[in-house]
Amino acid sequence: MNQIEFLNSIMPFKDKVFRLAKRLLVSTEEAEDATQEVFLKLWKNKLKMADYKNIEAFSMTITKNYCFDRLKSKQAKHLKMVHSNYEEKSLPLQKQLELKDSIRWVAKIIEDLPEQQKIIIQLRDVEGYDFDAIAKVLSMKNTAVRVALSRARKTIREKLINTHNYGVK
Amino acid sequence: MVLSDIEKLIVKYNNCETTLEDEQLLKNYFTQEIVPPHLDMYKPLFGYFLAQKGIQFTKPLQIRSKPFFNYKWIAVAAVTVLMLGTYYRYTQKNDLGTYEDPEIAFTAFSQSMEMISSKFNKGTATVGYLKGVHKGASALGYLNEVNNATRIIFKPAH
Repeated sequence: MNQIEFLNSIMPFKDKVFRLAKRLLVSTEEAEDATQEVFLKLWKNKLKMADYKNIEAFSMTITKNYCFDRLKSKQAKHLKMVHSNYEEKSLPLQKQLELKDSIRWVAKIIEDLPEQQKIIIQLRDVEGYDFDAIAKVLSMKNTAVRVALSRARKTIREKLINTHNYGVK
Repeated sequence: MVLSDIEKLIVKYNNCETTLEDEQLLKNYFTQEIVPPHLDMYKPLFGYFLAQKGIQFTKPLQIRSKPFFNYKWIAVAAVTVLMLGTYYRYTQKNDLGTYEDPEIAFTAFSQSMEMISSKFNKGTATVGYLKGVHKGASALGYLNEVNNATRIIFKPAH
């Protein structure tokens, strides 16, 4: 496998790796470094790559483990909090500000979830993985993923309702 | 899409019973500007999921490992410098050169001696103020006489 073939094989999911890393590490720079590292690891093991049935799931697992390592390391205490900017078009300014604010709330709520639930929300609700794929990435049982996901969604919903009704009820 | 369908889907979503297609439907539904007020809180949620999907890894990917600096080369460099140093130290002759012609040798010698003496004189000239000190010290000589006088006046008791 040469360099071009390798790059072509990882192209479809490199953004997914990056987004998962960003979900866990928050900072864009950290996530970029993590993505770089993950693909470097894959490249070093390129001979074995043919043996893996699902390279994408495998990469996601590597990403998850790498991010956990980073979070455990000492440097993680200096991680920066970076928020993305979302652009909404054709809405009145007031509404636009409100929406921006509530989207930031969603980001914050997800940030406060436990790591595992963060990963599951990321994989399911953002990337659109089915439960089997998530179970493979996390090496968990299908049902366990489902339970964790429903817990995460419940937490998000409750916090959103609280925020949404703040000052109203 | 009909509102009742959306509401059903929301309930299913909360129970984790939606399929991926259902979830896509929800995401699409909540991109519209106006949603019923009781569903307003889901708008940012699905909006966030869609926005997150748009994030891309833009940095160019390097699959060559970064060239990291190998510290053993410092040792190699140090040893090389040391060896070169000792080599030159032992090969260099301790020879400053000689004059073949005695006359030229004499002039060169006297020239250098002249130079030394001129520098020497410069040095002694700056020490001239010491004379002043000397003068002061001799002027203090009368103190001895005072001493003598006191000895005569106050004879020791025994």
